Amino acid sequence: MSMTATVGRAHADPHHIGIVIEHPGPASKRIVTAYGFWVFLLSDIVMFSCFFAAYAVLVGQTAGGPKGSEIFEQRNVAIETVCLLLSSFTCGMASIAADVRNRFWFYFGMAVTCVLGLVFLAMEFREFADLVSRGYGPSRSAFLTAFFSLVGCHGLHVSAGVLWLLTMMAQVFAKGFRADILRRMMCFALFWHALDIIWVAVFSVVYLLGSGV
Amino acid sequence: MLGKLDWSAIPFDQPIPLLAGAVVLVAILAVLIWVVVKGHLPYLWHEWITSVDHKRIGVMYILLASVMLLRGGSDAIMMRIQQAVAYQSQGYLPPEHYNQIFSAHGTIMIFFVAMPFVIGLMNLIVPLQLGVRDVAFPTLNSVGFWLAATGALLVNLSLVIGEFARTGWLAFPPLSELSYSPGVGVDYYAWSLQISGVGTLVAGINLVTTVLKLRTRGMNYLRMPMFCWTTLASNLLIVAAFPILTATLAMLLLDRYLGFHFFTNEAGGNVMMFMNLIWAWGHPEVYILVLPAFGIFSEVVSTFSGKALFGYRSMVLATMAICVISFMVWLHHFFTMGAGPDVNAIFGIASMIIAIPTGVKIYNWLFTMYGGRIRFETPMLWAVGFMVTFIIGGLTGVLVAVPPADFMLHNSMFLVAHFHNVIIGGVLFGAFAGFEYWFPKAFGFRLDERWGKAAFWFTFLGFYVTFVPLYIAGMLGMTRRMQHYDVAAWRPWMIVAAIGMVVLTVGVICQVMQIVVSIRNREALRDRTGDPWDGRSLEWATSSPPPVFNFAFSPDVRGEDAYWDMKIHAQQQSLEHEGPEYQDIEMPRNSPTGFVCAFFATIMGFALIWHMWWMVILGGIGAFATFVVFAWRDHDEYVIPAEEVARIDRVNLEERRSLVSMAGAI
Repeated sequence: MSMTATVGRAHADPHHIGIVIEHPGPASKRIVTAYGFWVFLLSDIVMFSCFFAAYAVLVGQTAGGPKGSEIFEQRNVAIETVCLLLSSFTCGMASIAADVRNRFWFYFGMAVTCVLGLVFLAMEFREFADLVSRGYGPSRSAFLTAFFSLVGCHGLHVSAGVLWLLTMMAQVFAKGFRADILRRMMCFALFWHALDIIWVAVFSVVYLLGSGV
Repeated sequence: MLGKLDWSAIPFDQPIPLLAGAVVLVAILAVLIWVVVKGHLPYLWHEWITSVDHKRIGVMYILLASVMLLRGGSDAIMMRIQQAVAYQSQGYLPPEHYNQIFSAHGTIMIFFVAMPFVIGLMNLIVPLQLGVRDVAFPTLNSVGFWLAATGALLVNLSLVIGEFARTGWLAFPPLSELSYSPGVGVDYYAWSLQISGVGTLVAGINLVTTVLKLRTRGMNYLRMPMFCWTTLASNLLIVAAFPILTATLAMLLLDRYLGFHFFTNEAGGNVMMFMNLIWAWGHPEVYILVLPAFGIFSEVVSTFSGKALFGYRSMVLATMAICVISFMVWLHHFFTMGAGPDVNAIFGIASMIIAIPTGVKIYNWLFTMYGGRIRFETPMLWAVGFMVTFIIGGLTGVLVAVPPADFMLHNSMFLVAHFHNVIIGGVLFGAFAGFEYWFPKAFGFRLDERWGKAAFWFTFLGFYVTFVPLYIAGMLGMTRRMQHYDVAAWRPWMIVAAIGMVVLTVGVICQVMQIVVSIRNREALRDRTGDPWDGRSLEWATSSPPPVFNFAFSPDVRGEDAYWDMKIHAQQQSLEHEGPEYQDIEMPRNSPTGFVCAFFATIMGFALIWHMWWMVILGGIGAFATFVVFAWRDHDEYVIPAEEVARIDRVNLEERRSLVSMAGAI
């Protein structure tokens, strides 16, 4: 979107300073959609920040239960992180493929993203199930409550992302690379990358800091 | 199969809610039958329920708010009667019923009256003021409205099926935890707010994007009408604050449903964390509500003084300053909970600082009126009444922002009087001013002035007669939320307050009468020019009601007060311009997505409240299916041909030419 400077119209502006930047009119659909989705992502990050805050407040409240360092498995988390970061890369590849209308690489990129996302979810599920089976479920202590909620909230987002991913693949299959489908694909990619950013925060605040304590 | 739901959920032993529920049920059934028998159903479905037109959605929001205002108002009447009679006696309401009433009153008035009212007005007017055809995401807009309606429906269901929260309007733990509130009341509260909160967030994202990305040519930021600025500020706050509410309620629900320990007394839970989180949302919420009202007053004062708004730029600055500072004061809601003098002092000062930009606004309105040709029509009355009332409310607010004074006054009737003083004097008066001001725009005819003025005066006087006694009772030491009391000194004030409530009720009746009378006389009150008040911003540049596409041509804005400029230029140059080339206009197609989403959200919310898990899953699958079906649409727009646009626009132009020629020289 370009702004044009008009000098001649300066008199129309009562508080003129010589140059008036003219607003060119409504933005294109692509920009409006992406902008709105960014605003949504920011609000989603605010929601996550509440769970981060709750975690920070409750991290020491173990009520006689285990501390973070006693239950976190670094190897597991490392693999999870690699999966998610890689999936962000393949999601980016799929986006580029969509932009150049290459169906094969689009499906391939999305499929790999999906598999990596599912591996991540499976490992997280295994970690949760393992903790619950040892009696360290979310109702054991306020620390575990905050841990399960924060990490689980991210997991829920990834699950929703996987559902959306499959819907996107089906949409491209059924309708091709139409303008509206491409806009949705752009939103999906933003969503998936944002989940990555949040995971980096989860990984640092929960697992890295937690293992040291 | 039915979870916790059984016959004991219906309060057969309590005649009041049962009777009220029965009356409402009969009324709803009667309306439904009337609609079906008269054959209005297809019209309602095609033109309103599935509409994605921002103007229609705005009207539906305001309708929802009006209905809920009557519901919340009846709660208020019951409370005033109870406190007037409950001296050394139990009064006529059992305590647990009274507790439900004050919780429902607060919840309904904030979430289902004030919020839909201001969001409705913003929806209705902002795209018109920006000179564009619709909001950024029209279908999402419809989803947002219907989710708000879902929340309202769930709150009203609690009247007859089960119970409502007895915890106050913010459901503080540990009282709202399962061990102290084992019933479904808090679940009703939390799920209705959770669902309508998503709707509010959607509306917020939509309006932020609309203001920032959809403005007509030449509409620079510093040429936007003040109402658009306050809409932007308010919706930025929604986007930043409502996720906090979502997270907080989610934590409370996790505690209640799955035995988590966020806010419990056991296992390390932290109750103060709830206070911090809920007020980190709750304080900005106050400004989410009042900022749009400030915008309305700016428009009204400027129009009815016949002058451009004084100090436009300082007004913008004040608005954005309030937007930022409102996030830095939440802790003043618990000065008395032991945060210590340093923290209290900092938050006390931050709270008082908000009075500065607000004062700037008040002076700007006064200077706008100064030297203007003021017309005291109904919207202007509400604006002037607001200035007097809101200043009193603001001053008592600065008083309770002083931590030592707050130690005396917190949780007293003084506080109750203070926040009603600012919310009624600010938000409600603003909503009414906006309602009177923009009604002709929405429906094409004015509201009756005599009934409108009567409504104003009764409401204005009723307000003072009701709430000044509450200030005094608070000074005399009366705390809030009392079911009954034994202090003789409080009694007279409670009786005066009850009398004030009667006057207020007369004001409400006048409002209803005003609408009835105006609809009857609509031919005489018809607004043919689209500009009944001699307005200054772009919403008056189109016909009343506007065509579905708002503007045949995107207006080209050259300065502040865009339409005022156009009128002056038109008089200088005459309105004869070359027959313009009309073009086809693409508009978004109607969609039942919002309604269907709300249908499944209602099912899901109800099932969650009563622990009917199979139904929850059904609702979830339904919601996802709706999403996929919506995503599968091939044609989401339709085209209005150029000839049709031309036909509609010519009628409008004819009326407008006669206006300009009649208005004469300025």
